[in-house]
Amino acid sequence: MQNKSLKDWFIERKKQQKLARPKDVEIDDRVGELWVKCYNCGLQIPKKEFEANENVCPECDYHFRINARTRINQLFDENSFSELFTNIKPTDPFSFVDTQSYKSRIEVAQEKTKLNDAVICGKAKIDGYKLLAAVMDFDFMGGSMGSVVGEKVTLLLEKALETKLPVLVITASGGARMQESALSLMQMAKTSLAVSKLNDAGVLYMTLLTEPTFGGVTASFGTIGDIIIAEKGARIGFAGRRVIEGTIRQKLPEDFQTAEYLLKYGQVDVVARRQELRSILSKFLAIHSK
Amino acid sequence: MVLDFEKQVSEIENKIYELKQMSQNSGLDLSSEIKILESQAYEYKCELYANLKPFQKMQIARHTNRPNFLDYVNLIAEDFIELHGDRHGADDRAMIGGVCHIGEKSVMLVGTQKGKNTKENLEYNFGMPQPEGYRKALRLFEHANRFNLPIITLIDTPGAYPGIKAEQTNQGEAIAFNLKEMGKLKVPIVAIITGEGCSGGALGIGVANKVLMLEHAYYTVISPEGCASILWRDVTKAEEASEALKITACDLLKYKIIDDVIKEPLGGAHMDYNETAKNMKDMILRSLSEFDKMKGEQIVQHRYNKFRKMGVFI
Ligand SMILES: [Zn+2]
Repeated sequence: MQNKSLKDWFIERKKQQKLARPKDVEIDDRVGELWVKCYNCGLQIPKKEFEANENVCPECDYHFRINARTRINQLFDENSFSELFTNIKPTDPFSFVDTQSYKSRIEVAQEKTKLNDAVICGKAKIDGYKLLAAVMDFDFMGGSMGSVVGEKVTLLLEKALETKLPVLVITASGGARMQESALSLMQMAKTSLAVSKLNDAGVLYMTLLTEPTFGGVTASFGTIGDIIIAEKGARIGFAGRRVIEGTIRQKLPEDFQTAEYLLKYGQVDVVARRQELRSILSKFLAIHSK
Repeated sequence: MVLDFEKQVSEIENKIYELKQMSQNSGLDLSSEIKILESQAYEYKCELYANLKPFQKMQIARHTNRPNFLDYVNLIAEDFIELHGDRHGADDRAMIGGVCHIGEKSVMLVGTQKGKNTKENLEYNFGMPQPEGYRKALRLFEHANRFNLPIITLIDTPGAYPGIKAEQTNQGEAIAFNLKEMGKLKVPIVAIITGEGCSGGALGIGVANKVLMLEHAYYTVISPEGCASILWRDVTKAEEASEALKITACDLLKYKIIDDVIKEPLGGAHMDYNETAKNMKDMILRSLSEFDKMKGEQIVQHRYNKFRKMGVFI
């Protein structure tokens, strides 16, 4: 119902824009407050409609990156999410300073996102099916994995081992958190070892790779799901584009490291549009619930 | 190859050499002068190598004459037979492994291999494995698991190879899968960072019960150059990054990321291969003996607990 009215609205609006250009600047007013501009096709979308469409452009289907809270609201049954491990916070074990101190980077990120660190864990439901979920947030220091992300994901996996509930980890990460040096590297081992215990116990472990997922998360819990789903258009890879270009000194294919590219090379089970995720996950949960 | 900070040492050593030549040619007895200079050089060297900065250690770790995997195979292993290939179409030369004896023990020995010149470096891809290298390593680990052979891994890599084909064949998954599957192995694993231990590419064969480092090796989540170019946006800040990242054996021992440090001869491993190898072999055998009485399940749990503890938060 909403989609239909939205479509009508766009046709109407396009006409208006055409008529208005270039004199009428009124249309571009208050962009960012009430309007969202699509990065991909440039269309201006009223924020309310955009949010009703799960932050996907209704015109070109461009999937906007979303933060962890938005993801939780969109994906899980209403009011089903109850957060776990809320009191674990980052610290600065190495007194790391680059152009800024790690301490101040943490403070800025916490202020900006209202999160303790780059992941939210909790119990949730999809179509009534219970599961344990970890949702990463790219807005918190690029979703980087340090001790807190590693610990919370591991605690969640251990809880799954204990309760036999299926797990879904939704990734969005630039990689390991350099400011925690080797400790962040070790989180890759810690989380992957926890997944190995789930394998032995036959507990379903699913990952949903979203824009963007790289480095230490790709090379640990992100790519060892029993089921791996990639969200449409997401960029996913091990090494970053610039690193690869710098090493091999040749141009990379247009669709390199996109969800669709990964599907072509056999790296993910499913590529899904955001609007399809609930129904796909619900089916996976039903089929594996014995 | 003389490193920058070694110049002073090499100047004194040149002087000693000159004096010796002079004494020989002229018949003059300069032995007392030579002796004084030699002891000065030794003292200077001891102090220099005891107080190396992370960036200096990195240069030693990357020294072209530093012993590589096959050197260690020759020096610490007997009856080594290389086991080739991942069984899926590739035999990555950057990752080499095989069965052998070390002392009385039958073991699986696997490691990354670097070259010492351009030709060798091309053959071994500068010690940067492709996904098939990690998959070959896992094949060998699983073989070891079936036949109860302890696993020794020697790590010296600037990282897993970043390239188009490596991404197509799933470099991230190849490493992640190793981390996960190494968690299931019921034989003891000893990993040794012998030179460079960079990021996931190093960890991909490093999920061990005992993690050891050579004295001047370094182990890090990202190369100091990579870190500098991302955080400082300036690759010339690599020296600062090398300090901030706490990459040395000494630092990592303090933070319990590694379990022990293997001593190198004065001046670094390349100064005396035999001594380095002897120290390494002793430490391997000592480490393995700790697991002699452990059952498979205990070994699995020991490894889990070791990594489970890592992480600092409030
Ligand atoms: Zn659009």
